[in-house]
Amino acid sequence: MTGRDTPVLSVEGLCTDFHTHAGVVHAVDDVSFSVGPGEILGLVGESGCGKSVTSLSVMGLVAPPGRVAAGKAVLAGHGDLLQRSANEMHAIRGDAIAMIFQEPMTSLNPVFRIGAQIAEAFRLHRRASRAEAMERAIDMLALVGIPEPAKRARSYPHQLSGGMRQRVMIAMAMVCDPELLLADEPTTALDVTVQAQILDLMRDLQAEKGSAILLITHDMGVIAETAKRVAVMYAGKVVEEAPVEALFAEAAHPYTRGLLSSIPSGQARGKPLNVIAGLVPNLLHLPTGCRFRARCPMAFGRCAEAEPPLTEVAPGHKARCWLHGDSAAAPDGPGSAAERVEA
Amino acid sequence: MRKYILRRLAQTIPVLFGVSILVFAMLHLAPGDPVEVLLGPEANAESIEHLRKEMGLDQPLVVQYATWAGRMVEGDFGRSTVLNREVFPEIMKRFKATLILTAGALTFAVIVGVGIGILAAAMRNSIFDSVAMLFALAGLSMPLFFTGIASILIFARELRWLPSSGMYSPVGGGFLDLMAHLVLPAITLGAVSAAIIARMTRSSMLEVLGQDYIRTARAKGARERRVIWLHALRNAAITILTVLGMQFGYLLGGSVITEAVFSWPGLGQMMVRAIQSRDYPMVQGGVLFVSAIFVFVNLAVDMLYAWVDPRIRYS
Amino acid sequence: MTDTVDPISVVASEPSLLQRLAANRLAVFGAGLVLIAVLMAVLAPVLAPYDPNAVDSVKRLSPIGTAGHLLGTDELGRDMLSRMLYGARITLAVALAATALAMVVGTAMGLISGYLLGWTDTLIMRFVDILMAFPYFLLALSVIAVLGPGLLNGMLAVAIVNLPFFARIMRGHALSLRESDYVLASQGLGAGHWRILFHHILLNSVSTLIVATTINIGWMITAAAALSFLGLGVQPPTSDWGTMLAAGRQYMSSAPHVAAIPGFAIFFTVLGFNLLGDGLRDALDPRLGEA
Repeated sequence: MTGRDTPVLSVEGLCTDFHTHAGVVHAVDDVSFSVGPGEILGLVGESGCGKSVTSLSVMGLVAPPGRVAAGKAVLAGHGDLLQRSANEMHAIRGDAIAMIFQEPMTSLNPVFRIGAQIAEAFRLHRRASRAEAMERAIDMLALVGIPEPAKRARSYPHQLSGGMRQRVMIAMAMVCDPELLLADEPTTALDVTVQAQILDLMRDLQAEKGSAILLITHDMGVIAETAKRVAVMYAGKVVEEAPVEALFAEAAHPYTRGLLSSIPSGQARGKPLNVIAGLVPNLLHLPTGCRFRARCPMAFGRCAEAEPPLTEVAPGHKARCWLHGDSAAAPDGPGSAAERVEA
Repeated sequence: MRKYILRRLAQTIPVLFGVSILVFAMLHLAPGDPVEVLLGPEANAESIEHLRKEMGLDQPLVVQYATWAGRMVEGDFGRSTVLNREVFPEIMKRFKATLILTAGALTFAVIVGVGIGILAAAMRNSIFDSVAMLFALAGLSMPLFFTGIASILIFARELRWLPSSGMYSPVGGGFLDLMAHLVLPAITLGAVSAAIIARMTRSSMLEVLGQDYIRTARAKGARERRVIWLHALRNAAITILTVLGMQFGYLLGGSVITEAVFSWPGLGQMMVRAIQSRDYPMVQGGVLFVSAIFVFVNLAVDMLYAWVDPRIRYS
Repeated sequence: MTDTVDPISVVASEPSLLQRLAANRLAVFGAGLVLIAVLMAVLAPVLAPYDPNAVDSVKRLSPIGTAGHLLGTDELGRDMLSRMLYGARITLAVALAATALAMVVGTAMGLISGYLLGWTDTLIMRFVDILMAFPYFLLALSVIAVLGPGLLNGMLAVAIVNLPFFARIMRGHALSLRESDYVLASQGLGAGHWRILFHHILLNSVSTLIVATTINIGWMITAAAALSFLGLGVQPPTSDWGTMLAAGRQYMSSAPHVAAIPGFAIFFTVLGFNLLGDGLRDALDPRLGEA
């Protein structure tokens, strides 16, 4: 492996549990993926599938009763984040790895000026005077396309629109030029036109700064426009991973196909929208075998017997489904550790 | 901001007007003829008639009120019928003592209450949290006339650490002497408020700590101490301030009882004596004065509010 | 302390109100204290070994544990246990009557204000604002100043102080409920104002009202006792815990039990109501916040 190919973030066997009164919920269950330098990896799935918890686990921000139970999250140059102390994480968060959230309306502190909030993120990690940090904040506001940045820096969050606030959030996240940006549903709460602008902005920034991005969304449309590679999550597990073109051309997992066919499209106008029948299973009472089997139109006998492994169906394209699993019955497929296959 | 201040100022005018009407009405609502109430049952017919004329009680009520309110605004609160002294200077003299007591109690309540509340929220569900909140609930249930008496017995009579009553020693009487006399009454009076403030601070801090922007602050790499004392507290302060305004009212009222327990020469003691001897000008003056102070304190709290919360400042 | 964010919420089956309350040990303890106080008041004639006003000049200020006087005697040789039991009657009667009065009148004001809105609302709420402009205990004193000291007047004074509390809570409730679907629906069906107010809005506010009342009784007991302590409430020879405490104050050094018994009686009763109120709030109406 060369330095160029070393992933920025490599998550292996991540398990995050929530200890509730009703029992232990495995919200993230043995999840592995990696994000290469300058890559945009999409993480898709329905709400409650564990994609947000995955990103919070990487950030070290899972709250009790949640707990990271196992796994590794190796950030290039910083080692396994899950083994870092609270102090070490304070230094890493906001610097090498930054995050933006779904709710721009509530993610900014209402009592501080936005310039000061961005400057704070800078001063937490870089030696800079207040004036220098504020200058940097204004530059960032300009970079994310906010008009009159010097004036806007003195605004409070409630004086800005949702799209503007998300731009501010992005500016705050990018202020220390992070190696990896975790974007958790960054456009979900926004109007459609604003969504497109924010996605453009993220792509532009990514091209300019070279940060890798883990883009978490439930929206296949967003993935199609932005990501290079996609990991699909279902009920706490990655069920398919593929380059974006391959996934849209030939999805291997029935769940992914379901997600794709439920996108409203121009051609299908007038026809009823396809939806995946049934509901996400209760994580406390998972079915035996494949987790998707109750909702799967193609389920057969074997699906109830055992959980399918994540198998390579084409180069760089993996799926967790018995439809493709016959040939790869062995628990470990060929290839390096980076392509390791789940048992 | 200016609009907000003006609107808030304008709101105090009808309230003060209403308060003054109620205070004015006290004399007239009391059973019996006001003049007889004022002069007592032994008064002769001549002096009754004289006072009636002098007070303008033969005039219509509206005229009476206008005259009375006019005098109040000028600071002429009338003469005490019992002490036969001007009411206003007496109130000012007494109020100084009450203000010292209330300020002492508020200082204690804020430092202890806000401090414990923040720590309890930061250490949610810890032993400290449980014990502190149990103490707060117990403190909330303490009748201060009982805690006052008990603290005199323990700290003044038995341990002899602090003086038991009054504001100054008969000899000496410097600042330190005043402080020594202030400790017990201020803590007694402030204890209940400290408990209420601690509970409110904890619950508003917990609410704020669950907000998205706190997660943002953590994602930036801010340390827990910074998250709590800067990001969270500044937001929780909005709720805490409201409670402080209300507590000031509790303390002003509670000072009446505390003053009785500790023989503190304040307005409250004067008021109780005035009520018992039916000294109406004194009661009216005292109630009007203290209520006006309370109204202005609440006004000040609302101004602070705007200073802390930009959403108010810029709307 | 670790860095935290909100956990995912997990839906579990809702336990019933009594289950939730019973699970809260502090609330159960509080309910026990309240029950003891109420039983003391109700059963005073049965439980009291002596007439609470029977003077015995020989046995003045006897300490706790004296033969024949379990809790000792006061400065006039009256049996403290009997006085405490009868004192519970007066103390609770005054506080509960004041609470009931404040609750009924305050609720009516709040409901009418929040439902009718318009000038009625303005009028009522301005009145409430004015009442709230008086520092709490000072308002009670003012009422006493007008009406004169006494048991009934003390009760009235404490009730008036708490009108704004109930009025404001219930106004908020009426405001939110008047826009609710079922109120709009019954308006559509031609239900009259009174029917909607009392049948729909009031019945739907019961849990809030219970919590608000329980939280408030503790303060009422303290305030009524404080008036008595100052000599402005209950007048001798009738005595509640406040007057007992005031009388015992002079003997604090030589016979601390005379003041301590009524003092602790007030403390534990108020604590009981506060614990119960907290528990009820958590179980019934967590949004109500702290009073």
